[in-house]
Parts: sequence; C-alpha cells; structure tokens
Amino acid sequence: MLPTTIPLDWYLILSAVLFVTGVVGVLTRRNAIIIFMSIELMLNAVNLSLVAFSAYSGDIGGQMFVFFIMSVAAAEAAVGLAIVLSLFRNKQTIYVDDVNVMKW
Amino acid sequence: MQIDYIGSLPLIVIWLALGAIGIVIQAFVRDNTRLVFGYYVATLGLTGLAAIVLSGHKGASFGGMITLGGYANYFDALFCGAGIMALLAARPYLQKEESEVDEFYTMLVSSVAGMMLMAHASNLVVLFVGIELMSISFYVMAGFFRTSTKSVEAALKYFLLGCFATGFLVYGMSLIYGGTGSLAYGDIARTVVTQQLTYPTLFVVGTTLLVIGLSFKIAAFPFHQWAPDVYEGAPTAVTAFMSTAGKAAAFSAFVAVFVALLPAGWTSEIAQNQQIVIAVIAAATMLLGNITAVVQSNVKRMLAYSSVAHAGYMLMGILAGPSLGTDGMNGHHAIVFYATSYLFMQMGAFVVVGILERRDGGFLNIDDYAGLHHRHPVLAALMAVFMFSLAGIPPFAGFFGKYMLFAAAIERGFTWLAIVGVVSSVISAWFYLGLIVKMYFQDAKDSGHEAPAGLAGFTLAVSVVGVVFFGLFPQLLINIFRSW
Repeated sequence: MLPTTIPLDWYLILSAVLFVTGVVGVLTRRNAIIIFMSIELMLNAVNLSLVAFSAYSGDIGGQMFVFFIMSVAAAEAAVGLAIVLSLFRNKQTIYVDDVNVMKW
Repeated sequence: MQIDYIGSLPLIVIWLALGAIGIVIQAFVRDNTRLVFGYYVATLGLTGLAAIVLSGHKGASFGGMITLGGYANYFDALFCGAGIMALLAARPYLQKEESEVDEFYTMLVSSVAGMMLMAHASNLVVLFVGIELMSISFYVMAGFFRTSTKSVEAALKYFLLGCFATGFLVYGMSLIYGGTGSLAYGDIARTVVTQQLTYPTLFVVGTTLLVIGLSFKIAAFPFHQWAPDVYEGAPTAVTAFMSTAGKAAAFSAFVAVFVALLPAGWTSEIAQNQQIVIAVIAAATMLLGNITAVVQSNVKRMLAYSSVAHAGYMLMGILAGPSLGTDGMNGHHAIVFYATSYLFMQMGAFVVVGILERRDGGFLNIDDYAGLHHRHPVLAALMAVFMFSLAGIPPFAGFFGKYMLFAAAIERGFTWLAIVGVVSSVISAWFYLGLIVKMYFQDAKDSGHEAPAGLAGFTLAVSVVGVVFFGLFPQLLINIFRSW
C-alpha cells in the first residue's frame, strides 16, 4: 500500500538533511567515536531514502539493499571499535588530532 | 533464482574455502600458521585455475546479479595471482617482525573474495558488498601490527576516511536507484538509453556521488590524502597488496559502472560536462602525485604518492572509454593492461622494500639505499627494473601501459591531457631514476645488514618476469582483451 499522504520529496529532504548532518559531524568533530557515529548517521540517511524510493516505486530491491547496508555497518562497527580500542591502548587518546605521527 | 553453478565455480570455491572450511580449520587447529598458509595458497591457486578454465563460459548467475566470463574472470585470475604473490611475500615479512598470526592469511583471502565480487558485479548491491568486504579486510590488515603506533594510526585513518567514502558511495547508489528505478546495471543502462529516467536530476547527483566514492577507493585527487599515511603506516607486505590489487579492483568496478551509467559513451551533453571534470581530476592527480613524491624522504611514502599519480594515468582510460572503431585504441583495455603491469611492478618494488626493512622499522629512508648495489646486487637490480618500469621506460610493461593510455586519450581529442601526462611522467623519472642513481653511484653509509628473501624471492621472480614479459609481448594480453 502506498503511503499517499506524505509526498516522496519530504522523505528525500529529511534523508538529505540527515546525510549533511552526518557529513558536518565527520568534518568538525575530533573524537573518533563521535566521527564514527556521524558516519553511521550518513548510512542511516541513505537507508531512509532507499526505503522511500522502494515504497514509492513498488520495487523491493531498495528495501533489500537496506538490509545489506545495515549488516555491513555492523561489521564496520566491530572493526572500527577494535581499531579505536587498540589506538587507546597505544596512545591513551581517541582524539584524531593527537594521531599525527605521519605527516608530509 | 537462476544459478549457473559451473560458471560461478571460482566464486563458490573461494566462498566455501573461506566461510566453511577455513573457519573450521582455524577453530580446531591452533598455532599452525604453516597449515593455514598452505591451505590459503592452495585455495587461491584453485580459484585462479577455475577462473582461467571457465573464462570462455559467459553469462549471468544468481538471478542476473553476477556476470560471468571474460572480463570478470580475467580479474579473478589477476586477483588470485596477486593474492598468492602477497601471501608468499607476507610470510617471511611477518616472521621477521615476529607477528605471524594465521588470521592474517584469512583476511587477505577474504579481501580477494571481495575484489572478485567487485569484478563480477552486475548489480549495485553486489558491488557494494564486494567493496565493503575488500575494504573491511584492508582496515584490519592495515592495523595488523597492533602494538605499533604507526600501524594503528594508519588503520584508524583508513577506517574513518574509508567509511566516510562509503557513505557517499551508497548515497550515490540510492539516488541512482531512485532516478532509474533499478539496481541492476543492465536495467540502469536501458533506462538511460531510452531516456525514461523518473528523476533525471537525482540520477546526475547520484552519479557524481558514486564517482566521488569510487575516487576515494582509487585515491584520486582531491580524495587521495589517506593514501600516503595508510601506505606508509601499514605493514609493508599489506601495502604491497592493497596498493596494487586494491587499485586494480577499484578500477575493474569503475569501468563496469561507467558502462552501465553512460551506455552511449560520452555523447550526451551532461556526459560531456562530466568528461571535462574527470579530465581535470586526472590531470591534477597525475601532477600532484608526482610533484609531491619528489620531495619525500621515505621510500614507502614516495611509492605511495607515485601510486596516486598512477591512478591519474588510469583515469585517462575511463575518459577515453571503449574504442569507437575496430582498430582504435580502447581506453578500457588500456586500463586493464596498465592495472596488470602496475600490479607486477608496484608489488615488486614494495616487496623489495619489505625485504630490506629492518625489524625496528629502520632502512626505509631513501638515503639508506645509497650503495645498495654493493651489498645486495640482486635486490638492487630488481628494484632498478621496477623503477624503470614505473617511470615508463621501454622495454618494460609500464611503458606500453602508458603508451596505450596516452594514445587512447589523444584519439578522443584530449591531447592537452596526454601532454600533462607526459610532463608528469618526466617529473616522476626524477625520483624513480634518483633512487637508481642512489643505489648504483653513491657510497654506502654503513656496512648494511642481512636481508634474506625467503619465499618473497618467488614473488620477486614472478614480478620481474611479468614486467619484462608483458613489456616485450603486450600483444598477448591485448588479444585476450579483444576476445571479450
């Protein structure tokens, strides 16, 4: 059944706003965990737009894609938190500004 | 769902070997790195063999989500070969660093599985899963020396920027899906050709975002900043693999995606604007990579910047696209040829660096290579061959790759871009030949150290044979490309 009362544009605008919020978060925050949360926000914004497209076009492919994005995001979280943990063990910090051994 | 079991055999073999048998072996056999190592070398060998045998078996599988044969199988064989070479080079390197753990081999093979999926993809979902399988394995491998600050720093930078790029990539895919109503390459191409786009604007924005996401993976300007840090900080054996096979995989996906998104080539007006943008990106990538490499003092960092420049060369092939006539230069064939020769020469160079590297992370400065020819004549000679090939000097493979790319660009009217390419090649000769001059015409500072090659010698032998052989007989590969 089509969600007729809310136009597709609204979903897309919401997802674009969420995506941009995520991008701004990645670019401005310096805590590795918060940067990673912002990335998750970007991925979830994409999920929203995929589900909206899928619902309005009546094609199931988009909703299927969302499941793949969610499971990949879970795998990324597992690896990412492990990396942040080993960073903390090495340097006692999770702020990316302190991670600067290599520079050109 | 239609599944072509015979044709999908390379994929099925590597999935079963990784997900079913490999897990069981690792669960029940402890601390036997030799067994796991041998098992995965055999796995990659079998997969590569299946891919070569079945390369004539064209078609689709898994409900049309995966293409079989020709192009995809060529890349399968390439990735499996690169995987075996990297495994052989990694074992002595990890033993020297006293951090050989059998999980390393699993991660390497799982990244190969991801790359194969990227080359086989004919659906954006499969492409996404392939890219992520490769990237997540690379994140782990980059931080494999978990007590080394540099390695962990490389992993963190790679992880954060890689995930950020993934965000753009999937958003692009989502908008393309919204604009065309399908995730399958074939349906997308059909919709674009017949101009039945539901939302043309979304499609254009989506294409741009997808290209941004892929540019991160190939490290093209202005999305290249992660590459030098990651390539320098990661274990050298990992860098050798991910800077070569990873780049080849990203380009294999890039080519397939472009065929789907621009089925009519660069003819439409929007496409021509995009073509100019990509030309500028390619020019900036080549110049920036090579100019920055000149001032580097660390060998790994120098090779990292030069690998950025090589991505710029390969973008010229995307720009040229498939050939217009039958005897014209085919830009996509040029990319595949260059990716193949680049794989041999860059991996060879990094493996030499890895063999010479000291346990404490020393011997990575370019100045350390002074007088190398007296202490390690064979390694110095091999390094010289790889440097000549990277600089694009005949008769090595790098020369013909560059020639094909430049010729393809000129045929499409991008003479200025080819000139920029030649100029940046000349700049690159400065540091590539500078290293050779250091090795052969300067005196050593200290007495040097033992640098046994071990199994990595096999990798070096294959690399040097590949560089020379495909330089002398490029036609052999081109004939394979023509049969697709």
